[in-house]
Order: sequence, then C-alpha cells, then structure tokens
Amino acid sequence: MTDKKIAVKMRDISKSFGPVMANDKVWLDIYKGEILALLGENGSGKTTLMNILSGIYCPDEGHIYINDEEVSIRSPKEAFEYGIGMIHQHYKLVEVLTAAENIILGVKQPGKLDIQAVCERTRQLCSDYGFELDPMQKVYDMSVSQKQTVEILKALYRGADILILDEPTAVLTPQETEKLFTILRNMRDSGKAIVIITHKMNEVEELSDRVAILRQGRFVGDMLTSMTNAQEMTNMLVGHPVSLSIDRPDPVDPKPRIEVNGLTVRNEEGVLKLEDVSFTAYSGEILGIAGISGSGQKELLEAIAGLQPTESGSISYINDDGSKEELIGKDPLSIANMGVTLSFVPEDRLGMGLVGNMDISANMMLRSFRSGRSAFLNRKDPRRLAERVVEELEVVTPSVATPVRKLSGGNIQKILVGREISSAPKVLLTAYAVRGLDTNSSYTIYDLINKQKMNGVAVIYVGEDLDVLLELSDRILVLCDGKVSGIVEGRKAEKNSIGLMMTKLGGTG
Amino acid sequence: MFDITVFFPRAVAQGIPLLFGSTGETLTEKAGNLNLGIPGIMYVGGISGVIGAFLYEQNTSNFNPFLAVLIPFLASLAGSLIMGLIYSFLTITLRANQNVTGLALTTFGVGIGNFFGGSLIKLTGAEVPNISLSATSICFRKNLPFADKFGVFGNMFLKYGFLAYLAIIIALCVSYFLNRTQTGLHLRAVGENPSTADAAGINVTRYKYIATCIGSMIAGLGGLYYVMDYANGIWSNDGFGDRGWLAIALVIFTVWRPTLGILSSILFGGLYILYLYIPSGMNLSLKELYKMIPYVFTVVVLVISSVKNRRENQPPESLGLSFFREDR
Repeated sequence: MTDKKIAVKMRDISKSFGPVMANDKVWLDIYKGEILALLGENGSGKTTLMNILSGIYCPDEGHIYINDEEVSIRSPKEAFEYGIGMIHQHYKLVEVLTAAENIILGVKQPGKLDIQAVCERTRQLCSDYGFELDPMQKVYDMSVSQKQTVEILKALYRGADILILDEPTAVLTPQETEKLFTILRNMRDSGKAIVIITHKMNEVEELSDRVAILRQGRFVGDMLTSMTNAQEMTNMLVGHPVSLSIDRPDPVDPKPRIEVNGLTVRNEEGVLKLEDVSFTAYSGEILGIAGISGSGQKELLEAIAGLQPTESGSISYINDDGSKEELIGKDPLSIANMGVTLSFVPEDRLGMGLVGNMDISANMMLRSFRSGRSAFLNRKDPRRLAERVVEELEVVTPSVATPVRKLSGGNIQKILVGREISSAPKVLLTAYAVRGLDTNSSYTIYDLINKQKMNGVAVIYVGEDLDVLLELSDRILVLCDGKVSGIVEGRKAEKNSIGLMMTKLGGTG
Repeated sequence: MFDITVFFPRAVAQGIPLLFGSTGETLTEKAGNLNLGIPGIMYVGGISGVIGAFLYEQNTSNFNPFLAVLIPFLASLAGSLIMGLIYSFLTITLRANQNVTGLALTTFGVGIGNFFGGSLIKLTGAEVPNISLSATSICFRKNLPFADKFGVFGNMFLKYGFLAYLAIIIALCVSYFLNRTQTGLHLRAVGENPSTADAAGINVTRYKYIATCIGSMIAGLGGLYYVMDYANGIWSNDGFGDRGWLAIALVIFTVWRPTLGILSSILFGGLYILYLYIPSGMNLSLKELYKMIPYVFTVVVLVISSVKNRRENQPPESLGLSFFREDR
C-alpha cells in the first residue's frame, strides 16, 4: 500500500439533511491505480459521501484533499476541473443527441464545433479501454449499458482521473457486468483511481482492491479486499444489532391466503427481475421480505397487486372456505376489491398512490370514491378518515385541506400508509413503510401493522432494516437477485445468516 | 388567368412575416420556452417601427434614406426586445406558466399596438383610420437596380425589399447556429433536458433568456416587414391579422427546422392568398371557405406528422416546462 499514491483524502466529512446525519465525521482515502469498493447498507451515506466529492452537495464540515492539496468543491463543474467524474445511477444524457454530442456537452473548446474530431477522440478512448460504442449513435437508440458507456466516456473525455460509479451493475446483465469490470480493471492499470458504490458482496470480492465500509453515516473501517472475506465484511456492514423491541404477537389462526407459484417477471428492458418465486402467505401473520434493494421486491408486490405483467407462474388468492382464485390476468381494480391493498413507498413518495396537488382528504377519497351510492361524492367520510390518520400518526400539517405536495416526505408517507391500512384489507402489501421516518412514527406504523395482523390480515412487509424485519416478521423470505434464497422463521433467524442469504443464493459458501 | 410569375412574388411577400415569426419562435422553443406571445410581439415590432418612422418623418427637414431605414429598424428591435424580456422575466425568473404568460403577452401586444396606432392616427388628423409612411416605405422596398434586366427571373427572385433577403439569411444562420456550433448544441441541450445541461456546467437561465430575447427580436422584424414592405407603409389597427398564429403553426409544420421554414413560409403565404385565385364567381361565401385553406392544411399536416413519429421530429423534450435546479 505504501507504493500507492494517494489521490483523494477526505477527513471528518459531515453532512446532515434536517435532523438526519447522512455522514458523520467520515474518513476516506482513495488511491491511484486502485479500485475501491464503498460498501454499506441503504441509507448508510455512501451516495451522499460521493455526491460531496463530485460537487453536488456541500459538506457541513470536513476537509477534502486532492493530491495533498486542500480543495473545496462547490459544483460538478469544479469537480471536473479536479479530475473527478461521477457516473450516477440515473444517467444524465440528452436523448435526441448522439453519443458524441452528449460527450462534448459543456466542454469548453475554441472555435467551431468539430464533431468529427470529437468522434475521433471518443473512438481513441474506446480502443484504449475496450469500450464498444458508435459515437454517432443517438442515445435513445441505446441499451442501458451503452448509455452507461456514454456516461463513463463523458467523464474520461473531460480527463477524469478519479472515477466514481454509483451502483453501476444494478441495471446490467451478468455479461455486461463482466465487460464493465474488464474495462474498470484496464482503467485501474492505467493509473486511475476508481470508486464503486455497491452492496453486492460478490462484486466487491471479484473487482476491488480495497474496501471501505460505512454504517449509518459513520466510517467503520477499510481494508485490503484480499485480507478479508464476506463474513467479516457482513459483520462490519451490519454492526451490532440495535436494541429494538417490537411486539410480535403469535399469528392468529393462520390460513393460507396468497399462494405464489413459480412466478417469473421481466421488466420493460427485458431484464429478469423475478425467477421462479414460490411461497405462501398466511392470514394473521407477517411475512417479511428481505433483500438488497432492486432484488425484485417491487416487482413481486406489483405482480400480486396486478400492476406488473408476469411472464409465467401463478398467484392465487385463497378464500376462507379454501377455494382458490387466480389473480394473474385480473385488473388492479378487481384485485383491490378482493381486499388486496398495496402501499408501496417508492423513492419519490408521490409517484405512486398520492396526488400531490390534492389535499389530504381528497387523497383519502381516491380509495373510496367508487363506493359512494349517490351521484355526488361523499366528502364527509374521507375527511373524517383524514382527520383520524392525521391525529393517530401525528402528521404535521396545518389542516387536512393542505395539498399533500407541501408536506414533508415523512408526513406524506404516513398519510399513504395510514390510508392503505385503514381500508380494512385482507392482504396488506407494504414496502419501505418506514423509510425516512423517525423512530417514533416508525413504531406507530409497526403497531398499526401488528393490529392488522391481529385482525387476520395477511401482511407482506418489505423492509430495508434487517433488525426490524427480524423483530416484526413471523417468517422472512429472502430474495437474492430475483430468486428465493430461502424462507426462515422470524423467531429463530439470525441476522448474519440472512445477510449472507441476501448476497448469495442459499447463504452458503 | 393564373400566372405563376405574378402569384409567386405575392406568396413570398405573404410568407416573409411568417418566416421571421417562425424562425424566432424556433430559436425560442429550442431553449425550451413555448412563447405564445409571438403574435403580440410581431404586432409590437410593427408598431415600434411605425413610431420610429413617424417621429423621423415628422421631425426631419432633410430626409436621409439610410436613417429612414435604420431608425424604424432599431425601434422595432427595441420594442420586441422589451416584449421578449417581459416574457423571459415572467417565465424564467419567476417561473410563471408559459402558456398563460404567452397568451397574455399576445393580448397585451395587440392592445399596445392599437393604442399607439390609434394615437398616431389622432395626431395626423387624417380622414382615413390609418397612418401612411410612404417615404419610409419606399426606402424599405428599394430593390436591386438591375433586377429588371433579368426578366422573369428578376421579377420572381430579385424584386424584394432587403428585409425579405434578411429573413432568409437569418433562417439559414439560425439553422447553422443550432446544428453546427457548440453554443447551438448547448442551447438544444437546454431545451431538451435542462438538468443535464446544468450538470454539464451550462448556464441554463442565461441561455433561455438570450434565446428568447433574440427570438423575439427576429419575430418582431416580421411585423416591421409587414407594415413597411407588404402594406406599403400604411398602418391600420388590426391589419396584421392572424399571421402570428400562422407563424407558430409553421414552427410545428417545419419540425423545428428554420431551413425548411424558408420554403414552408412561401407555401403558407401562397395558401394564404390562394382564395383570390380560385374562381368562385360572385359567390362570396365560397371565398370565405377558401380562406380556411392554410388552416385546414396545417391541421392535416399535424395529423400526418404525429402519425409518423420520428424522435428527431418531436418538440424539445422540456418545452413549456420551467427549470428548477432543486428538482434534480
């Protein structure tokens, strides 16, 4: 390690968003000619830290040294000038322009635009590092991996020496991933510093030279990849269990409610998101679903709710008398009428389920307007419901007539979850119900979910926090890359074994 | 009967204001601003030129043809620049809704034009409700002295005032700028995806402001051409008609390509006056129906072009949307 030159030193970096400390006095060293894997759970502050380095966020405190000189990076443009290029998860490309035009965008160069020269240099870069790309191809014609190539070339064209990739493999097929890794190794060998943000253990082991681990915004440690193993990294990643005590009443009269058999789903890009998933959810129990984000949780819930086209397999709803009804092929409305409700909290909370410009009671009405008998809307009940949700979940809002858009994220979420739970479902599908909520409101939500369970509802709970999953769920289904890695009893499960199952199928080896 | 050598110059004369308008609007829309204030801006461009020319004609003793062109020209540019600045300030800085702002600006521009037009008519104390600036108009309509020597060719292509040629030159320049220069590439990126442009270090606000203002100034020249050249220097209130809306339709018709605009504007100009050449006898109501031709044509073309859905022929992706940096 001593012969390696240091490229970036980050010292005591802190950044908070409101009351949440995203980074708390983080240290990080990035060396030239080395691939560093930045490892951490969701919300552990990896992306925030790298956004600070690439000029998107300003740190609240701390120092950044590049080539042993202290710098302050205030914008992406300044980051470029220090040779830092970041490839975000969401690509920033203009679709109707060609690859070359996207690459040259914003680069100052004298005189007339010579697109041929740009193409020439792009081709040169391609052959240097082993990319395959036609510079004259329009971006909208490109596959996801080609778009990623354009993003990387964009950074290289500007002369980036320090390349940050935020979960670069999340959208790639295994073959494309392999190709990307080869290219990244080429870049490392030519002396560039590379950081990949990931939470896939196998990628860390395969690709990186060194690994740095963040947990809950704090720097846990870094070490050479060759000196460690998946078990040790998982331990560092997960840390010591936080003492939480969530009630877990015994399941009441469990009966099979939803039976999923051999479910296979592809997303729009044709990437396999779920493969041969089978399980049964019982009434009166909470089935927790664990997995790295993007392992197919969203597709699974949406398939059950009828929002996601499936490729093969069956999903049956089992009535109290034991008769089965197939859900695949039914439209979301009739599935919802059977008592299956979905409260999914996506990254943008408003994206699904709430209308930002409507007030709280009108949003409550979105679930109930069909049940009215007269030609006019029933406004009283939704308002009463809105008031109840606001009071019970302690939503901070001037009144129930405030547009949802104006509330803070956590409050929006409470309204969404509150509404879904209050509709007295038979099956409650919920994902990331407590994402971004403070501890207090999280517990309120857990209580609500437990109440539903006691009422005999089959709850499918997708969660990010393993500790909570372990305390709340009766059984835990672990997804790994769209496949069922295993189903374990919640009362007997161990965190480490689940962590391993999340990253490796079956959790062995 | 129908004589192309007579019809063509008339179609061109009708087309030039549309060409100015659509070139200006194309430039504006490429920056992501849908400026529906174009009809009002062209109207203001016209009346500003009239005010300039009127003041010069009234206050000068020795009439200088060069100044007689320059003063209305600059006055017109200044008038439409102010309109462009109003639009930019409202939609870019204050992030007002672009459609509403544009429509309001059209109403405002027409009102301003009629107000000053009416005042000037009062000042001249004329019997007829219009202002005649024939001396200035002659300067604007001056054409090449050797045009007559070229016979039919000269009549068809060389006998226009300088503003007509300027319109074509501007359209070619804008096209070159958009497709062949780095700044043009940046401008297109701003209209397509401002947050990407922002991340690449492009000053989105500045690009939007400049494109909108220059676009307005180009469009305003359409109004000037209409008064000084097409209408022989005679301003009458509401004489400009619906040419501003046709210019906006032309932008869509030409799929945001100013070079196509040169031919299309002449085509539109021809369609606009075609009813004069279709024999309809004494049946005047039929003539009114024929006046619909350019509009029907636009509708038909819009239907056809939206069926043929090529990605390059789509409007700029973030057309009509305000840009918030915090939204990323």
